[in-house]
Amino acid sequence: MSKKEYEKPVIIRVESGFSKAGVPLPKQRVRKSIGGVSINELVNKYGSPLFVFEEKSIRERYKRAYEAFSTRYPNVEFGWSYKTNYLKAICAVFHQEGAIAEVVSEFEYQKARELGIEGKDIIYNGPYKPYDSLMRAVKEGAKIHIDTFEEINDLERIAKELKKEVPVAIRLNMDTGVYPQWSRFGFNIESGQAMDAVKRIEAGGVLRLNGLHAHIGTFMLDPHAYYVETSKMVQFMNSVETKSGFSIEYIDVGGGFASKNRLKGIYQPPEIVVPSIDDYAEAITSAIYENIHGNRYPKLYLETGRHLIDEAGYLVTSVVASKTLPDSRRSYIVDAGVNLLYTYFWYKFNIELTEEKSGISEPSVINGPLCMNIDVIEDSILLPRLKRGDMLVISPVGAYNVTQWMQFIRYRPRVLMVMEDGSVEIIRESEDLSDIERREKLPKKLEIR
Amino acid sequence: MRLENLAINKNGFAFDPTTGETFTLNETAIKIVELMVKGESEKSIAQKLSEEFEVSSQEAFNDVLDFKERLKLYGLIS
Ligand SMILES: Cc1ncc(COP(=O)(O)O)c(C=O)c1O
Repeated sequence: MSKKEYEKPVIIRVESGFSKAGVPLPKQRVRKSIGGVSINELVNKYGSPLFVFEEKSIRERYKRAYEAFSTRYPNVEFGWSYKTNYLKAICAVFHQEGAIAEVVSEFEYQKARELGIEGKDIIYNGPYKPYDSLMRAVKEGAKIHIDTFEEINDLERIAKELKKEVPVAIRLNMDTGVYPQWSRFGFNIESGQAMDAVKRIEAGGVLRLNGLHAHIGTFMLDPHAYYVETSKMVQFMNSVETKSGFSIEYIDVGGGFASKNRLKGIYQPPEIVVPSIDDYAEAITSAIYENIHGNRYPKLYLETGRHLIDEAGYLVTSVVASKTLPDSRRSYIVDAGVNLLYTYFWYKFNIELTEEKSGISEPSVINGPLCMNIDVIEDSILLPRLKRGDMLVISPVGAYNVTQWMQFIRYRPRVLMVMEDGSVEIIRESEDLSDIERREKLPKKLEIR
Repeated sequence: MRLENLAINKNGFAFDPTTGETFTLNETAIKIVELMVKGESEKSIAQKLSEEFEVSSQEAFNDVLDFKERLKLYGLIS
């Protein structure tokens, strides 16, 4: 006689009120595949945990965003925000789609050049640009967005040394009605500081201001903030052109569009609170048309990061153990933790099973493998009883995790890309000891043996 | 122990007359409760589970202990 299928024992106290615990989940969230490839197969072949990106989804998101803007304002280009995700394969997909590069450090600048992006197709932002990197960026014709008065001096020194006029842009900050205001970057419009910077650049006589840049924040849920930002930038452009001899060729309104992720503390689903790309595009382009003088339309740049990549990335993790906590919730220990999920600070992720499970759901906590109390991926979720090896898929995780992840306690895992044709590529190998110790040196007298 | 007084129906709904609380149990849980009420040891319960179901006696042993932990937290056993 063959044995019956085993379900781990579950008992749940039925609380009065509206608790759903104790009943089979009305609708289990299940994801069996990514980009058409079975998640079971991915884990069997490549191990667990795994970051998985979907090429098709990245391209579709980019095309959709580009279309939303270009149909309203044709003279537009996107600069891929490297910090959001600078894995080569990810950057390359965006570059193939037509995006230039937006970098904020000499390291990111080197990455873009290494990938084959020309200097003229790099936007160089950030509050600290080491002198050597500025020199390289000037020589290679990058778009340099000045953040401080010191940087004006640095660039003047470079212009004099190279005996050439250097085109530059300045970063602006302003009140867009959104708090916190990102006022520590660039020059403030309302206080007159930004116009001072323009005058300062003009007085120096060796730099030529040709662009204006701003970035008002990240995960911005209010398209109107972009309307205010763009209006103020175009109005500022108008007064620069009246008050100085400079002609502004482009405005760069930065990034910050939200992805369909759920911020902690916001209880409505992202489908309701997150604006569409068309809402953002409408706000920005209508602000240009309404404020422009004459009929010369500057080029528009966008530095959209998370909106383009967050939803194309998944983290697959496996259950390694579970136990009953003293408060009667079940804790699952999984093989990926907050070391890999920097964005857990502010997101409540979508967590899916890879197959339907029968049985009663229980209030559960998902803990990562770190020996730290803060390693909590999800502290309140109803899950059917899972056993070792069962998988969970966490999303959206495509933005800011594979750049801000920590090498802490554990190695960082493989990153895969499911290609448009359904093939699978490893785009970053899992780490081993050599990756971590390569830069270390052990003084002779401390050697053991 | 309150566990003995638990009235469990076939669908796994259980009523505790001493407190008025209700519980939901799955098939495996019902089986374990029945064996516990009969006074069987954890090890022998695990053995029986592994004979009837597709599970090793080692895994079942852990599950029985974990289950008892939950019963304690609910005050059903001490
Ligand atoms: C200057 C600049 N541009 C672009 C971005 C990308 O932002 P997001 O990923 O929110 O679109 C950032 C991120 O903070 C930034 O600082």
